[in-house]
Amino acid sequence: MDPELILKDVHFRYNRQWCLEGIDFELKKGEILGIIGPNGSGKSTLLKIMDGLLKIHKGEILLMNKPISSYRRGDIARCIAMVPQEETFRFPFSVSEVVLMGRFPHSGLFPFEGKEDLEITHQSMHLTGTLDLATRSIHELSGGEKQRVLIARALTQRAQIILLDEPTSFLDIRHKVEIFELISSLALTQGLSVIVVSHDISLAAQYCHRMLLLDKGSVYKIGEPAGVITADNISTVYQCPVLVDKNPISKTPRVTILSKRGEDKEETA
Amino acid sequence: MRGDEEKRVTPLKVIYIGLILSGTLIIIALISLSLGPARISLKDILNWFIGYESIDQTAWMILFKIRLPRILLAGLVGFTLSLGGVVFQALLRNPLAEPFILGISSGAAVGAIIGIVLGLGFTFGIPLLSFLGALFTILLVMGISSRHGGLESSTLLLTGVIVNAFFTAVIMFFISTTSDSRLHSMLFWLYGDLSQSKYVQLSISFPLILIVSGIIYVFSRHLNLIVGGEESALQMGVEVEGVKWISFLGISLITGVVVSFSGIIGFVGLIVPHLMRMILGSDHRLLIPASALGGAVFLIAADTLARTIISPSELPVGVITAFLGAPFFIYLLKARGSQWTQN
Repeated sequence: MDPELILKDVHFRYNRQWCLEGIDFELKKGEILGIIGPNGSGKSTLLKIMDGLLKIHKGEILLMNKPISSYRRGDIARCIAMVPQEETFRFPFSVSEVVLMGRFPHSGLFPFEGKEDLEITHQSMHLTGTLDLATRSIHELSGGEKQRVLIARALTQRAQIILLDEPTSFLDIRHKVEIFELISSLALTQGLSVIVVSHDISLAAQYCHRMLLLDKGSVYKIGEPAGVITADNISTVYQCPVLVDKNPISKTPRVTILSKRGEDKEETA
Repeated sequence: MRGDEEKRVTPLKVIYIGLILSGTLIIIALISLSLGPARISLKDILNWFIGYESIDQTAWMILFKIRLPRILLAGLVGFTLSLGGVVFQALLRNPLAEPFILGISSGAAVGAIIGIVLGLGFTFGIPLLSFLGALFTILLVMGISSRHGGLESSTLLLTGVIVNAFFTAVIMFFISTTSDSRLHSMLFWLYGDLSQSKYVQLSISFPLILIVSGIIYVFSRHLNLIVGGEESALQMGVEVEGVKWISFLGISLITGVVVSFSGIIGFVGLIVPHLMRMILGSDHRLLIPASALGGAVFLIAADTLARTIISPSELPVGVITAFLGAPFFIYLLKARGSQWTQN
């Protein structure tokens, strides 16, 4: 089957300096691809160019085999949904109003939703477990609840591809796992293709089919988690000594950060 | 979603709220028509209206040459300023925004004051100069703030503040160098004066306001999405820059027109949208028509107070709106302020 999204030799810069340089990879149907890399390595920029929010300066991005530059904003929104890291609503909207907004790219000039829109919204809220929150104001939600609402909105967009920008960064461990479980089950049951940017390397390794390690705007390594997350790769790119072993249960790579203090303790023990 | 069904904004709900507010508008207008130094009771007016009774020439003159055009202007001005407030609050994602925030009012004021200094008339001369002042300000502020075809909200706000400060200095210069009766006219203009209303002014501004409101209403869903952030609106398929340019220009245009007839009336664009948001929620498909109609009701009521409270003398209507608006706004800040200061 054709890949959903193909990046060929993609270059992007904000000013003079290249921010992304020679990026090549593709997203397959039903795949969860994790993007990791240090701060400033270009992860968020990469998500934005994949969503057509930023125009690339060199190379090519193909969305469903057509250059992304040939799509209009609304067309892209029907193919790709983005879950932002955080979103601040200046005025209080209810959760169901926010999720319903995901229907925007499917609507015409008449500014009201129909029955189908409501059914799809209901379904996305069911899948993300947000039905109970429907009447609550978006301002009242906790970080984990809000993230699930934003994912519900992305599902309501009925896009084949979902991009998530650090969906777990403000969450505690239970909610981090919940979000990854949700992503994983959506990819499986809805056949969605997912790209997730994350700083939770070990956790992402448990759920992603492939991982991409980004270093200073270039792909350092891409492939199955076990091949990408090695002590060498992570230590070099993040410039921080780490130990990588296998998670005893999932058998996926597990990263332990080697702090100076930790070594001291080992010696004195 | 059961319980939520009732809260959701549907066309029926918009029509329903629209009818209630329109009804209120008509009632307020009729009451206002009957109030004033000359006593003409509501009963007389209604009886004349359905053809039961005739009214004398003087009463007819007072009702239709003095009071009615003023009420209609108050309605149009309140409608426009409140609509402008709601739209600017959404576009700038700023609860403190109102249609004057980009400096339109001060630009219009400079124009009007030059008109007053030159001794021009209140029907065309002064409004024309005032409108040109407003137009010049809009183009200046938007020109400075546009970069690569985009309008950046914080730059717009800052530019508005600076332009406002500059024009305020110009206004003070004219006020300081004027001493005769024109000074009184200037001060009244600066606090909003609806007494100079003429039907011809209404017939110019009404169609324009109608067209711009219609266009803005088509964008009501776009505005909902922009409130959540420009980038996520863009991501969901909103052509954000197009919506911003058209809305800023459209609102500024009609604000410039009404201000040139009414002078500066503060707080309407601030408190009516917030009040409506508290009652009806943040969805712009309902909020826009409700605020616009609510603004009309509010300003007609405020102007009725302004012309009757110290009768036979009159207050500038801006005094009333500020008098009611400032305390209400402080209340709002105390009750809702925490939501506005997030990030």
